[in-house]
Amino acid sequence: MIAEAGLAALWFAGALAALQLVMAAIGIARDRDDVAAAVRPVAIVQGLLALLAMALLIELFLGSDMSVKLVVENSHSAKPWLYKFAGAWGNHEGSMLLWVTILGLAGGAVAIFERSLPERTLTATLGAQATIALGFYAFLLFSSNPFARLNPAAADGLGLNPLLQDPGLAFHPPTLYTGYVGLSVAFSFAVGALVTRDVGPAFAKAMRPWVLIAWIFLTLGITAGSYWAYYELGWGGWWFWDPVENASLMPWLAATALLHSVTVLATRDGLRAWTIMLAVVAFSMSMIGTFLVRSGILTSVHAFAVDPERGAFILALLAIYIGGALALFAARIGTVRAGTTFDPVSREGGLVANNLLLSVILGVVLIGTLYPIVAASFDVQLSVGPPFFNKAAGPIALLLVAVMAVGPLLRWRRDDAKAVLGRVMLPIGATLVAAIALLFVWPGVLPWAGLSLAAGLAVASVAPLWKRNLKRTPLFTYGMVIAHLGIAVSLAGMASDSAFTQETLVAVRTGEPARVGPYTVTLDGISPVIGENWSALEARLTATRGSSERILRPQLRFFANPPTSTNESAILTVLDGQLYTVLGQPDGQGRWQLRLWWKPFVTLIWFGGVLIALGGMLSLLGRVRRERRTAMRTQWA
Amino acid sequence: MKRFALWAPLAIFALLFAVVASGLFRPAEKVVRSAMIGKPLPDFALPAMVPGKPGLSSASFRNGKPRLLNVFASWCIPCIAEAPQLMQLKAMGIPIDAIAIRDTAPAIAGFLRRNGDPYERIGSDKASQVQLALGSSGVPETFVIDGRGIVVKQIIGDIRPENMAEIVQAVKDAR
Repeated sequence: MIAEAGLAALWFAGALAALQLVMAAIGIARDRDDVAAAVRPVAIVQGLLALLAMALLIELFLGSDMSVKLVVENSHSAKPWLYKFAGAWGNHEGSMLLWVTILGLAGGAVAIFERSLPERTLTATLGAQATIALGFYAFLLFSSNPFARLNPAAADGLGLNPLLQDPGLAFHPPTLYTGYVGLSVAFSFAVGALVTRDVGPAFAKAMRPWVLIAWIFLTLGITAGSYWAYYELGWGGWWFWDPVENASLMPWLAATALLHSVTVLATRDGLRAWTIMLAVVAFSMSMIGTFLVRSGILTSVHAFAVDPERGAFILALLAIYIGGALALFAARIGTVRAGTTFDPVSREGGLVANNLLLSVILGVVLIGTLYPIVAASFDVQLSVGPPFFNKAAGPIALLLVAVMAVGPLLRWRRDDAKAVLGRVMLPIGATLVAAIALLFVWPGVLPWAGLSLAAGLAVASVAPLWKRNLKRTPLFTYGMVIAHLGIAVSLAGMASDSAFTQETLVAVRTGEPARVGPYTVTLDGISPVIGENWSALEARLTATRGSSERILRPQLRFFANPPTSTNESAILTVLDGQLYTVLGQPDGQGRWQLRLWWKPFVTLIWFGGVLIALGGMLSLLGRVRRERRTAMRTQWA
Repeated sequence: MKRFALWAPLAIFALLFAVVASGLFRPAEKVVRSAMIGKPLPDFALPAMVPGKPGLSSASFRNGKPRLLNVFASWCIPCIAEAPQLMQLKAMGIPIDAIAIRDTAPAIAGFLRRNGDPYERIGSDKASQVQLALGSSGVPETFVIDGRGIVVKQIIGDIRPENMAEIVQAVKDAR
């Protein structure tokens, strides 16, 4: 019954999305306020129905209902409950349902909380949101039904990919999807504004919090995903330029650019067309990301299903939504009055530079990701690896860091170049000091530039607080300071990791020591361990550094359902870095392979990521608070 | 001009769409084909795998006669399946050398006892280094090498009876 109830909920949600679209269209085209007024509640109920369908699917997984095809294919009754729960979206159909659920909930949230947007534009926005949802409901119902039954029922399931059997699965996909799909709100806002030709500061102020929310989740999702890959895959790397990682990075780059351009629109009424364009691009990148992952067009750890028919379906949706929005943009944006212009040396100028550089990086990543597909259509097989991305995107990213250091120190509208130079003396000094000091331990060109600029940016990012009354400084200024500081911290971690990491691969007998970085690692012994649905060979390693001694237990883990083995790394985190250990194969003569890394300050990468997200949260809180206060004041005036 | 520029994003997207759509209907190859076809063997010298049988070096392939190079392992099930075909090729007078991947001497000796021994030389590739240099992604794989040490053909997976003709033909052509 539960599966049928879930399917019914999904159908109802799809029907409501259709209703929502029709009512929004009538409301706007015929100027029927009474019809438009009903759009909000419909959007809310539609979101709740999608949530109900998702909850029912989770219930099926928790109860291990082996008469449901999806459960059989992706779960097993002997799995720990957390992986039954999270396993609901650890597969194609479930993850698409999660996607649509978040889409529905995002629309519902706009319907409930958005009060500052003019009613007409809001109706158009919810209409656009319904259009997107409608396509993806159709996709689920016609080609990816998660509730399909299996007759006769199976005795037990096939199990979940062991790489996914990690607490990370419970948090990473929902976080990332909230980010991805949250951007649909920005997209719908842009479409709504194009329909009603209402692009201006008020519109930007209304859109900003929604962009911020999606951006915060994206930042957290990418950060968590990076750490997850780092410890789970056992390769010691934290970013592989895997197509799917790129698929999450591209919306983030676009959203970051949007976040900054929307500020120009809100504060100075500039960059109207550009902001609308970015809002369209950001969510388009999310959808392209979804397509890349779901179509199986690119081979990747993240690709669940290789199915051209599904790929074609999503591709058709993409063509309709992105093509439609871009056509609307081309047809309508000419009629939107141009915004104000500004001086190149100004805060706006800095933000434009930020936008251009982010767009170039986005372009580089997009080209690198799609190039193998293009090459394949000319019968050339190739893959584009880290060397391309690092070389092409690295220098631009460093240039962006330099702009980021200066930007917040510029005044709005117009600034004096000489005065600016005086303000950036201190950060430049910090950069130079770091650059000269690093000459003695030469880490290579990019890491050298990275570490030096990180020092400069760290100083520059807190400079906006200099000589200010800290109590009266608005919360969103703190947000900016912390987010930019987070970039500096993360950059320092990345540069330090790529410059100073030490790696050794050894084959050792019990009692034989191996050295890596400041640590001496000794293999004490290997013993079998039994887990809930796996068994493992576990090494006991003693890591000594000076007088401190720590035990690490990396495993070679074997899963029965499905039969696979994984490397469970053991990581020792200390203040100045991480010792990363992986147990390899025995050589049959009493020796075991050990892969050891010493990664100085690598944790800064993710710490920085969390700081960036925290900055976003403070910014969000500050903006919402100020909007509310302004609203109250106008009410009482 | 300005009006024209506004349509540029849509045009770029249409182009992108066309590319991706064309890619979708010819999905990425799931097998790794060696880029080594038509190129000389990479230089390698592997130690002997089992006592009484020499190890394998790339130099030994340059004696003017085509040979087969079989990449296998005792722990590989399809390798057992292809053993009769290899024995048959050997009986036809085609010399076969092998690289054993991540294996031990006793295990290989056992494997050859059970499944027959078609090999003249077996090199031991402990860390799959030569295998990767050959552009081979798994076991078993078989390469046809001509008399100058140039790779002319690659068979991915076990050799089936229906593959025999093409292998024999490739060896004949390589002469």
